[in-house]
Amino acid sequence: MSTLLLGMSVVLVIAMIVTALVAISERRLSIAILSAGLVSLIASVLFLLLAAPDVAMTEAAIGSALTTFLFFFVLGRVRGESDD
Amino acid sequence: MIKRFTVLLLLAGLATIFVSLALGYVPDSSLNYSALYYADNTVSDTGAANIVTAIIVTYRGLDTLGEVTVLFLTAAIVGLVLKRGAKAGKGKPMLASGELLCTGSGLLVPLILLLGVYVFVNGHLTPGGGFQGGAILASGIMLVLLTNPMRHFSHRLIAVIESVSGLAFITVGILGIILAAGFLDNSLLPKGTLGELFSAGTIPVVYSFIGLKVGAEFSSMLVNLSETEGS
Repeated sequence: MSTLLLGMSVVLVIAMIVTALVAISERRLSIAILSAGLVSLIASVLFLLLAAPDVAMTEAAIGSALTTFLFFFVLGRVRGESDD
Repeated sequence: MIKRFTVLLLLAGLATIFVSLALGYVPDSSLNYSALYYADNTVSDTGAANIVTAIIVTYRGLDTLGEVTVLFLTAAIVGLVLKRGAKAGKGKPMLASGELLCTGSGLLVPLILLLGVYVFVNGHLTPGGGFQGGAILASGIMLVLLTNPMRHFSHRLIAVIESVSGLAFITVGILGIILAAGFLDNSLLPKGTLGELFSAGTIPVVYSFIGLKVGAEFSSMLVNLSETEGS
């Protein structure tokens, strides 16, 4: 792994830890859901850097798109229609 | 207090394990035995350029069948649970979606669906395959649902796509037992030239069916969720 890739991975890992901390400590639920999706997105870029494009595609499509959507749907149902 | 102490203890234990694993990590200088077999023999065995796809569809085809079955069960249970909820659409009309979302989805949905089909049709040549392509198809459907939550999708059509592709997947597998070396053996069709679209025997066929099946299952979950929203 070259120095550039290593540097990128370190930056991405730090960003991932920060977004994960935001996801568990944020009080506004919509922000927390978005950061959880962002964790998956960064994870998929990391999979790409680790030469696993198949896993990266699955993670990007399911982890960051469908799961975030599912959480927002459930959030909408729990809160009711008033404050979406 | 005890709870916090337990959590800290657990974190410290995990940190010890991970640090010792990271310190003792030595990259492999060569592939291990089974990886070496796949790297050497995939092209001559199956004719697929993507080794991952060859393993998923041919060498470990039975496991893929199990995986698809798990997904099918999940979709069926989501449908079963949500069917008991109240139907949406009878209440007050929802706010219209923003113009940005409407225009963007009109532009992007065909492209996303095309990308999904491309990914699973080219599963034996490029990274990705049935599961990824199916998930991309479903995210296209998701964008349509975000734009217009009241939009009606035919449950019958989704169910027909899902069951026909499931049946076709198993039929190709059983034909492999009868006509070729075993379940899901891909030498039913000619192997062709490495790197062409019509190569690698039945792998593109099987993976396209898996893609349609996975896409239909995810879409049915999304449609079920959106139809019961706001109950």
